[in-house]
Amino acid sequence: MNSSPAAIEVMNIRREFRTGRGMFASARPVRAVDGVSFALPAGQVLGIVGESGCGKSTLARMILGLLPASSGEVRVDGRRLDSMDRRERARLIQPVFQDPFSSLNPRRTVEEIVSLPLAAQGDVPRAQMRERVMEMLARVGLSAEMAGRQPAQLSGGQRQRVAIARALVLRPRIVVCDEPTSALDVSVQAQILNLLAELRRELGLTYLFISHNLAVVEHIATEVAVMYLGRIVEQAETDTLFRGPSHPYTRALLASVLTPEPGKGIPDVGLGESYPDPANIPPGCRFHPRCPMAENRCQSESPEGLVRGGRLVECLLA
Amino acid sequence: MSPVLEVANLRVDFSGRTAAVRGVSLKVQRGETHCLVGESGCGKSVSALAVMGLLARGAVRDADVLRFQDTDLTRLSERGMARLRGDKMAMIFQEPMTSLNPAYTIGSQMAEVYERHRGAGRRAALDRAAELLGRVGITAPGMRLAQFPHQLSGGLRQRVMIAMALMCDPELLIADEPTTALDVTVQAQILRLLQTLQRELGLSLLLITHDLGIVARMANQVSVMYAGELVESATAEALFAAPTHPYTRGLLACIPIPGTVRRDEPLGSIPGTVPRISPGFAGCGFRDRCTHALPACAQTVALRSAAPGHAYRCVLPAEWT
Amino acid sequence: MKLRHLATALGGVIVAFVLLVGIFAPLLAPHDPFAQDLMRRMVPPEWMEGGSTANWLGTDQLGRDYLSRLIYGARISMLIGILTVVTSGTIGITLGVLGGFFGGRVDDVVMFAITCRLSIPLILVALTVVALLGSSLTLVILTLGLLLWDRFAVVARTTTMQVRNLDYIAAARAAGASLAHILLREVLPNILSHLLVVATLEMALAILLEATLSFLGLGVPSPLPSWGLMIAEGKDYMFFSPWVIMVPGVTLFVLVMGINLLGDGLRDLLRAERV
Repeated sequence: MNSSPAAIEVMNIRREFRTGRGMFASARPVRAVDGVSFALPAGQVLGIVGESGCGKSTLARMILGLLPASSGEVRVDGRRLDSMDRRERARLIQPVFQDPFSSLNPRRTVEEIVSLPLAAQGDVPRAQMRERVMEMLARVGLSAEMAGRQPAQLSGGQRQRVAIARALVLRPRIVVCDEPTSALDVSVQAQILNLLAELRRELGLTYLFISHNLAVVEHIATEVAVMYLGRIVEQAETDTLFRGPSHPYTRALLASVLTPEPGKGIPDVGLGESYPDPANIPPGCRFHPRCPMAENRCQSESPEGLVRGGRLVECLLA
Repeated sequence: MSPVLEVANLRVDFSGRTAAVRGVSLKVQRGETHCLVGESGCGKSVSALAVMGLLARGAVRDADVLRFQDTDLTRLSERGMARLRGDKMAMIFQEPMTSLNPAYTIGSQMAEVYERHRGAGRRAALDRAAELLGRVGITAPGMRLAQFPHQLSGGLRQRVMIAMALMCDPELLIADEPTTALDVTVQAQILRLLQTLQRELGLSLLLITHDLGIVARMANQVSVMYAGELVESATAEALFAAPTHPYTRGLLACIPIPGTVRRDEPLGSIPGTVPRISPGFAGCGFRDRCTHALPACAQTVALRSAAPGHAYRCVLPAEWT
Repeated sequence: MKLRHLATALGGVIVAFVLLVGIFAPLLAPHDPFAQDLMRRMVPPEWMEGGSTANWLGTDQLGRDYLSRLIYGARISMLIGILTVVTSGTIGITLGVLGGFFGGRVDDVVMFAITCRLSIPLILVALTVVALLGSSLTLVILTLGLLLWDRFAVVARTTTMQVRNLDYIAAARAAGASLAHILLREVLPNILSHLLVVATLEMALAILLEATLSFLGLGVPSPLPSWGLMIAEGKDYMFFSPWVIMVPGVTLFVLVMGINLLGDGLRDLLRAERV
């Protein structure tokens, strides 16, 4: 699996936030991302799934260089991301965000928005810039007349296409998609997913695809990492993971997917009422308070780094 | 048996500019779950708000029939509506944080409903609240009663909202996207809870959602809305076994289903976007996105029957769509 | 609804009118505003007894044409209003945007500066400065400009904080845009409409403050035709010749109201835009 050199490599990355700058509350660190590592070969799609507060968006921001890591490093093509200047980084890695209503500057035209990464490079002639923008717009399925419009005049799906065009106009190696279809209607979501898949094949892109929607991730990802409270608790090839989930949390996630099959009823996912809190990560296995299978040793023994059957499964019982 | 809620030809216009709901008819039978499904802007939430009499100012509601049990809601005064809301007819919303008042404890908000509608004392009301919190699966209800909304997680807040809606033993519960803001595991827990409560209390549930997965797992009866119109209505089994309206078919093809879809094979999708419907718009709202569109689609399209109890609004016969 | 639009339009017309009058003062004024004619002192306006069409608004205690002085006064008021807002706006917006965007230490410093500024008694400092350094138009503009930036800073700071966390800022950073680009081209245009409202408020305030300072004899030096100065110079004669106060007073009131109406209208427009 890792025979080809990794396009992107994340090594033991961590991020803590200090909260409670109050007078009496002592600052308690929130461990949003708590030691995440993975390597992804070029042309692959790593789906990162998890629920709110699991640290997936913080991870995305660190990988994009928008947020400094507390420790650990990110390498693209073997080179440290934090050693590059902003222009070089922009040529290698680009984002597509969740909400196309806030990811486009409302005061700019579509052409200005898409040409921003080119303009920021500082050495692209104007005429060539325009040509590349138009080519990119056509590629994401937007007509040339859209170039002069402002985001408010576009639908949600069209906006997301603009965001994709902006991400791809520099021909980056890696695209970080942070919930790119969650804010869209189902019929539009399918359009965007198809577009992303098509662009990946044609341009040889590598995606990090962050989502809470397992069905979407299964459709687009070649490999899946499940995050819980700041760590990847299970990682495997997509088919392997979906056919035989090993971590009880992965199993609960899969069980809670509601496929449109009438008569199947609502599954019992078997998780308790308690809620994961990154400011208060439990000792031992971080999932044990909600785990239906938890044993005594889960409260004290840490499963970090456990590998079962050649893949990462951070569970003592798997 | 007469339905708990009967709506016929409900229409809602916004300040004469947008025809948000164009002639929706549906019946919610006692003890059943009726799902109203559609994408954003299709008028499903507006329909629910219209039934509850909670439309924003500038909205005009009109209906041939709007009946809750034996009460004609079209003739009911605002006071009469207020007496009904939260009592026999309750509603829960998508974002529990904005529906709960951050300045009051859970207990006092829950008790207030009971005091207002039942004239009960604070003591009795709090006892009732604690009982219902237990019922919706909240451990240590006594502690939760004294807490403020921000101290609870999203899932707990939605449980509180459900408990609050149940305070006065409603006949009908209208739930507008009750799990959309929640994580998937929590969503499953909440939906399971709703299902259990419904069975045990004989509730009628009008569930509004965009998620066909939820519809399939929850609904007895389904109404599909598009651009303010009811485009298909059937039992859940019939709808998923034989979707008939081109929109319903397209929507189902859009959903990636774990274990069945192959990677690198495009998902089905519906081209284009939802149109904005102004008053006076005639014909099928889906015709611009429909691969089967005919000139006849520009005229008013009547509901036709695909099978007994299965209606759809399309000019084409069921076997052609 | 309709009435509000009307009020905004009225405000706009008033401001535009005064601005144009100020710009084209030399063309519009029937007389030289500085030319004294001691034989024709305190002539009442045309519509009063003893008035004539030679001096539509009469003359002052030195026999200068009141209408011409009023027209040239528009120039002073608009000049002070605009230059003060440009100066204070530049200071306030720079501080506010920096504090709001970077947060942390930078924001602490900005907040401290705002607090300091808010604890300075405006009129007293302005009076002291002018009293120490002598009065001149430039000094009035500089003093007001260096003092009236607080509201710009507060509004720029809060609006920047809202914009800072939006994804298009993150996208611009990921696109490799420079800090200057992000601040000037991504943040600023999106907070500008809020700042425009502040600008109208500050402009009205600056014009009133100039009038106040001039009235106290510490603003625009005589014989420049400032409306405040006109009121001050007329106050000794107000019992027998009330128009010497009424005319500049009413004009000042109308202009300030016009600016405020315009500002209110802009604010409503903003609110509508956000919904």
